[in-house]
Amino acid sequence: MKARAFSYARPTTVVEALQTFAASGDDASYIAGGQSLVPALALRLQAPQVLIDIAHIPELRGIALQDGWLRIGALTRHCETLSDPLIARHAPLFHDAAPYVAHPAIRNKGTLGGSIALADPASEFPAMALAMGVELEIANLSGSRRVPADEYFIDLFQTAIEPGELLTAIHVPVVQPSHRWAFDELARRRGDYAIVGSGILADMRDELVAQIRLVLFGVGNTPVRAKRAEDALRGRQLDQSAIVAAQAALSDDLAPPDDEHTPAAMRIHLARVLLGRLLGRIAEVA
Amino acid sequence: MSNSININVTVNGEAVSRNVAPRETLADFLRGSLELTGTHMGCEMGVCGACLVLLDGRVVHSCLMFAAQASGSEVETIEGLTERAAIADIQEAFHQRNALQCGFCTPGMLMTAHALLSQPGVPTRDEIRDALSGNYCRCTGYESIVDAIETVARNRAAPAGSKNVVAEVGA
Repeated sequence: MKARAFSYARPTTVVEALQTFAASGDDASYIAGGQSLVPALALRLQAPQVLIDIAHIPELRGIALQDGWLRIGALTRHCETLSDPLIARHAPLFHDAAPYVAHPAIRNKGTLGGSIALADPASEFPAMALAMGVELEIANLSGSRRVPADEYFIDLFQTAIEPGELLTAIHVPVVQPSHRWAFDELARRRGDYAIVGSGILADMRDELVAQIRLVLFGVGNTPVRAKRAEDALRGRQLDQSAIVAAQAALSDDLAPPDDEHTPAAMRIHLARVLLGRLLGRIAEVA
Repeated sequence: MSNSININVTVNGEAVSRNVAPRETLADFLRGSLELTGTHMGCEMGVCGACLVLLDGRVVHSCLMFAAQASGSEVETIEGLTERAAIADIQEAFHQRNALQCGFCTPGMLMTAHALLSQPGVPTRDEIRDALSGNYCRCTGYESIVDAIETVARNRAAPAGSKNVVAEVGA
């Protein structure tokens, strides 16, 4: 349970961090909060030659409104996601999911950027990033680009971030007065990974679902947008028959694996239960 | 690859400068180099909560960071909290309510209790349990620990002269 020996670098700019990675011959890992990486190093699932500590790079901090988007610096800690008033108002699914992310001591150190860069399919924040349709700001030595969440999650722990690149910020399109949202998850114990979780962002116009992003997590290799269920809801009133139709469509959207605790059929059942609850909540306030 | 690097940390109010191997965790550094063995090592993967310390005033797992990452920061361990009597009432309540048996988890429990009780307001039992969700006890169960923390929360909120006695809670 001890990490293999490595050397330690503490850059103070993004460019310096990227150069340090390149100089390592790509045998490096970036560390921010380290709440997933340090156990992986201790278990020797990863054993880089160089650990690049990006926690002291001011460019990666800060939360600010810019032209209808909320830019959240990658180093924003989970506890700040819970306490920051701008996130609560403009990126509410991050705020609502934060109490369900691990335990208080982990939330004091873990970062939003780290969670989304890791892209654990059972984690809350990557899924909420997809539900809100964020854009991910990714830097390399040639510059910076923004990748929409719909194109960002590729496969298990695999994202649009190429080796050596750095996730620098999360840009959230701010919620509008016509938006409704809901988050919840089903877990065996508080703080455990969810069996299934979900975040929904709906644009309600004249009591009809104009647009909706319906995301589930813990159900596959990445967070999943349930597009058939979205289709079943778009243009409709959020009444019981629409909700039942969306629940029915979920079996076309999800193909969860069987595992020793949770057969696939049970996970789909629980996803339907959760979807019903969340859509019910949205309908109540719509 | 550098085998050792110099770090500067403030530990329990004292400036400390040491050479460490980059792979040495903060927990190993505190226990091995500084002989502050009140910080316990259980799972070494951020699950059990026995290794909690304060890093710049926030509770974190000292097994989930390297000592090198703490350079420039202030660390406070259970020894520091004890010496400045910041948790004397919590320790007394744990004693009164038998909220420990072997004591291995107790430093982490006290850290979590300290962090929770440093927030404004009086936490409910559910909130206390939620705060303790990252601390494992394998002896007593959690009831007496929740009792002890609840007692301190009420006592701290109560006007002087109207303190609860521990035995009333959970009886």
